Amino acid sequence: MVENEGAARQEGTAAGIPGQGSVILELSGLRTHFFSREGVVRAVDGVSYHLNRRETLGVVGESGCGKSVTALSILRLIPDPPGRIVEGVIRFEGTDLLTLSEKKMQQIRGNEISMIFQEPMTSLNPVLTIGHQISEAIILHQKLSKSAAMEKSVEMLRLVHIPEAARLVREYPHQLSGGMRQRVMIAMALSCNPKVLIADEPTTALDVTIQAQILELMLELQEKLGTAIILITHDLGVIAETAQRVVVMYAGKKVEEAPVAELFAEPCHPYTLGLMGSIPRMDRDSAESPGGTRLQEIKGIVPSLYDLPPGCIFEPRCQYADDQCRAEYPPLEEKRPGHLAACWHTDRLER
Amino acid sequence: MTDRTAPSRTAPGSSAPGSSAPGSSAPGSSAPSAGAPPPLLEVTGLKKYFPIRKGVFSRLAGQVHAVDGVDLTIAKGETLGLVGESGCGKSTTGKVLLKLIEPTAGTIRVNGEDITHLSKTAMRPYRRQMQIIFQDPYSSLNPRMSAGSIVGEPLTIHKIAKGREKQQRVAALFERVGLRPDQMTKYPHEFSGGQRQRIGIARALALNPSLIVGDEPVSALDVSIQAQVINLLIDLQEEFGISYLFIAHDLAVVEHISHRVAVMYLGRIVEVTGRSALFTNPWHPYTEALLSAVPIPDPSAKRGKRVILKGDVPSPINPPSGCHFHTRCLYVQEQCKVETPQLRELSPGHQVACHFPLGSGTG
Repeated sequence: MVENEGAARQEGTAAGIPGQGSVILELSGLRTHFFSREGVVRAVDGVSYHLNRRETLGVVGESGCGKSVTALSILRLIPDPPGRIVEGVIRFEGTDLLTLSEKKMQQIRGNEISMIFQEPMTSLNPVLTIGHQISEAIILHQKLSKSAAMEKSVEMLRLVHIPEAARLVREYPHQLSGGMRQRVMIAMALSCNPKVLIADEPTTALDVTIQAQILELMLELQEKLGTAIILITHDLGVIAETAQRVVVMYAGKKVEEAPVAELFAEPCHPYTLGLMGSIPRMDRDSAESPGGTRLQEIKGIVPSLYDLPPGCIFEPRCQYADDQCRAEYPPLEEKRPGHLAACWHTDRLER
Repeated sequence: MTDRTAPSRTAPGSSAPGSSAPGSSAPGSSAPSAGAPPPLLEVTGLKKYFPIRKGVFSRLAGQVHAVDGVDLTIAKGETLGLVGESGCGKSTTGKVLLKLIEPTAGTIRVNGEDITHLSKTAMRPYRRQMQIIFQDPYSSLNPRMSAGSIVGEPLTIHKIAKGREKQQRVAALFERVGLRPDQMTKYPHEFSGGQRQRIGIARALALNPSLIVGDEPVSALDVSIQAQVINLLIDLQEEFGISYLFIAHDLAVVEHISHRVAVMYLGRIVEVTGRSALFTNPWHPYTEALLSAVPIPDPSAKRGKRVILKGDVPSPINPPSGCHFHTRCLYVQEQCKVETPQLRELSPGHQVACHFPLGSGTG
């Protein structure tokens, strides 16, 4: 086991066979800020995490916590102005993406690292056929002819289990249902066989039965193609069922990181603990009447990113907060093996 | 922690009119037996078809069968959860039974009185009793009205209070839903999503209604805020004895808040039962699939075999023949394709519309 890991790490630098455990993508100290007339929004404020080959990393947090901006920063898709990556390193297979020219970056985007978005309705072009949109990336990155690219598109659509793929390439996005469109997005994202797939809330707009289909499909394709996935979501249920490791974000910072089973068993940050307590649980709630088990609330609301508290960002909503929390932001520490959290009072949490 | 065992909550109301089948809505057939008070709300054979018109002469080209024969009852102080996927007609059901949309067929009774064909003026006193909370706290509040006037507007319309008295009542409502009375002069854009939803709740509460229809009231909120609003709704029910029709697509939320749950698929109700029975012992294959699709936020949780449905929900313009679910059902038989299953009560308070219900021994 230990030997394997050592070998895997070496492979990370050599262009050998990709093995599980070696790091493919690494962010360190990433800061993405937005500059507006009202002030500076620290959307991502010193976030570091890494992604191993063939791994699914879950990134979880509520709206405005910076999880999507982090993903867009990886692909350098932050609109500038008003946004700018002010600090940090994004290392993909050893090269820092932030130092690359735009031309080099275009060879990586959609080819080595690709992304699927939440809204399958708005992320497809309504006036181009499905086949046209999928083959666009194939022609660009793989230098295939138009007809060969179209054939490859049909093949990709079959891969994502779309029936009558040959007919569908000639249709337009509005002729498809939401679930089908998301399958098309996945086909498009995987068409150049990327090493990293960033999925930003891929199932949030879908019904549960369709969500189950799409998640199953993503995991099946990961198995088949060996893609590493960053899965961004607000749904802890989705995380629990798909991710191997989890990063929890709050107000632009990473507050906790752990392997999935460990995180759910022993959350070390009060925010994570609060999140878990605030979701209704079908599998546990056996009371005869509603409210028999009361949901835990996290009091208050997420602080404005213009005006963050001076100490710990979670302090105004935290039931364990004291003077130390108000004065100083807690360091990200390894609380248990492989389990990081930024909290002064992990030992006091009542799980 | 909080023990809620008031008798009105543990045994809410009378059970549904089990025998009355959707579609065959003979008015009066489901009249409550003498002695027992009629349920707060009783809906039988409710249908709403939206016409699709085409061409210069607005020729009728088809109909969307949004609600296709729905029977529901809600007792006083009870929460009925209505779940289903998008497009199944759950929101239309909510709006039709408030008569915000006129039904195509069926009857709606409030406290035993038929309100289906009442005129606008005759509806007024019933409007006071029945309120709604909408899904989107961003578009359901008038951006040009202050929060205080939004909440106070129903009081003015129904000529209940004005001037200082109105201000006082609005201030009390603000406090009750967890807002500060000094926020009354602020405008909707100055509030967060959760706070806006509290404004919507305060507006619905202003007239002391006996029924509130919540149309996905927490779906647009983050989980930590969602928990705050769900707890508030449960507390308000406890305090004022309000009934809720809680419409949502999130099964876990519905299970948490409801006494009874109705599952809807393509305009029809396929299963109705008490909260615990539905989630431990579903009878309809669709309910089983829905439950199994919900991700459980616990990596160590053991779940049975996962049922993943194939394909999408068919179009409500041309719903499948027989049982609407037969195109996606794992247990489909010939009979399902031709004959429409009726909602029938197989055990007390547990109704299912399926020819071959799961695990009930009658299949």
